[in-house]
Amino acid sequence: MHVFTDPDNFDAYVSGFLWILKLTGASAVCALVIGVLLAAMRVSPVPVLRGFGAAWVNIFRNTPLTLVIFFCYFGLYATLGLSLSQDLDLNIYWLGVIGLSTYTAAFVCEAVRSGINTVPTGQAEAARAIGLSFAQTLRIVVLPQAARSVIAPLGSVLIALCKNATIVGTIGLLESSNIMKDLINSNGDAVIVIFLVFAGTFAALLIPTGYFFGWLANRLAVKR
Amino acid sequence: MSTSNVLYDHPGPRAKVRNAVLSVLFGIALLGLLYWIYTKFDQANQWEPRLWEPFTRSTTWTQFILPGLWATLKAAGVGMVLSLAFGIVFAFGRLSDRWWISVPAGVVVEFFRAVPLLLMIFFIFYGVPFLIKGPVTAFWAVVIGLTLYNGSVLAEAFRAGIRAVPGGQSEAAYAVGMRKNQVMRLILLPQAARAMLPIIVSQLVVLLKDTALGYIVAYPELLQRGVNDLAANYGNIIAAAMVIAVIYIVLNSLLTWFAGWLDRRTRVRAFRMPRQTGPVAAADATPGGDGTAVEPQG
Repeated sequence: MHVFTDPDNFDAYVSGFLWILKLTGASAVCALVIGVLLAAMRVSPVPVLRGFGAAWVNIFRNTPLTLVIFFCYFGLYATLGLSLSQDLDLNIYWLGVIGLSTYTAAFVCEAVRSGINTVPTGQAEAARAIGLSFAQTLRIVVLPQAARSVIAPLGSVLIALCKNATIVGTIGLLESSNIMKDLINSNGDAVIVIFLVFAGTFAALLIPTGYFFGWLANRLAVKR
Repeated sequence: MSTSNVLYDHPGPRAKVRNAVLSVLFGIALLGLLYWIYTKFDQANQWEPRLWEPFTRSTTWTQFILPGLWATLKAAGVGMVLSLAFGIVFAFGRLSDRWWISVPAGVVVEFFRAVPLLLMIFFIFYGVPFLIKGPVTAFWAVVIGLTLYNGSVLAEAFRAGIRAVPGGQSEAAYAVGMRKNQVMRLILLPQAARAMLPIIVSQLVVLLKDTALGYIVAYPELLQRGVNDLAANYGNIIAAAMVIAVIYIVLNSLLTWFAGWLDRRTRVRAFRMPRQTGPVAAADATPGGDGTAVEPQG
């Protein structure tokens, strides 16, 4: 454990995971908003909106996240000059948030859309019968019921997002996987301890999150 | 029944007009956005023929893209076989009656599902050489990382699938005198695999995409060769990234399409699975484009 009793190493470890948490938090909010909008588009009566939603999902779900993040850095920033902050780290952070959100939104969209499919057709038919419009049907009747059934899949998306946040390290953010690499390279005698501490922190964060979402999904499930 | 025609009435004349107007407005906004992106790229001189011309030359393909594609497919292929094997072994392990098999198998699966793949690849590539006093090739670092992660996810998929096979199946198998091993192997696994096919294939798509992480340990796969090295030669990183993205999208769409085809072919006599909602129905649990998503219940 001598590696982590060194205050410098310990600070690096903490800052690495702070980046992961910040990336996850900001991207989760953005991806949820974009994803729900995309799902609404995909079930809407307007063909162009449906096409746009489908295109987004098919493009980003089938492209490696590494390539998306890569493009955010070398395309948006290095070539097109999109700079989001004077601070070098913060700039990479926001580029990472853009990449993670666009990518994750495709998965949120699919989760929400399959949630919409679990709402019995009678609910939507009843809503239409009392004269609600498409937007009202979706907002007042269908989405609130769908929300309960997508808790478990969205939990999985959130967990995947948290793990994917490490990929922002590929464009130079010193998040936990890069910190781990550096620590391993300078402490060849303690590689197992270093790996177990980093992997264990992820496990300690994510396994309870998984169980929490499972419990929540069960608790809020619509009993039919 | 598709929900998309349950959520709104069959359009009458007014709704048709409204939808048309919305289509046009959104279409214009979309075209505007595309045009804006086009001009941005134009200002950065990204449409210069010089940058796109390399893709018309055969040497670009034979030197960069095809070797990269081959390396990607090789890593993905080996990774797929190994992770399916890993998944089956650990699914059986977790379902074992002996606690000293099921508990360790459960710990391994839960652990590797929670650890980011990048962390694992870094550990195998940079850390393991210290332990075995010898280098680990980038290829095996990527393949082993992919196997441990995707194998664990597949183990959960198989396990959920096996548990969801109707109880009568294993009872009947035991009744005709099969041992547990035979029941698992001959009765439960084939039915579970068929029912879980969509989840299994979407996980294989994830695996194929994740080979791109090989880029980080300098494994010469599609992202490394086709974007990094190619752009280092021609200075056309955006053009290269776009071409490579298209290749990835086509590759993954083919895999998804193949899964849909396989599913339709094998569906006839298979029982239908109840919808999956545990933590297993991972982020990527609904493959396929329109229509192949989960069916509405009720």
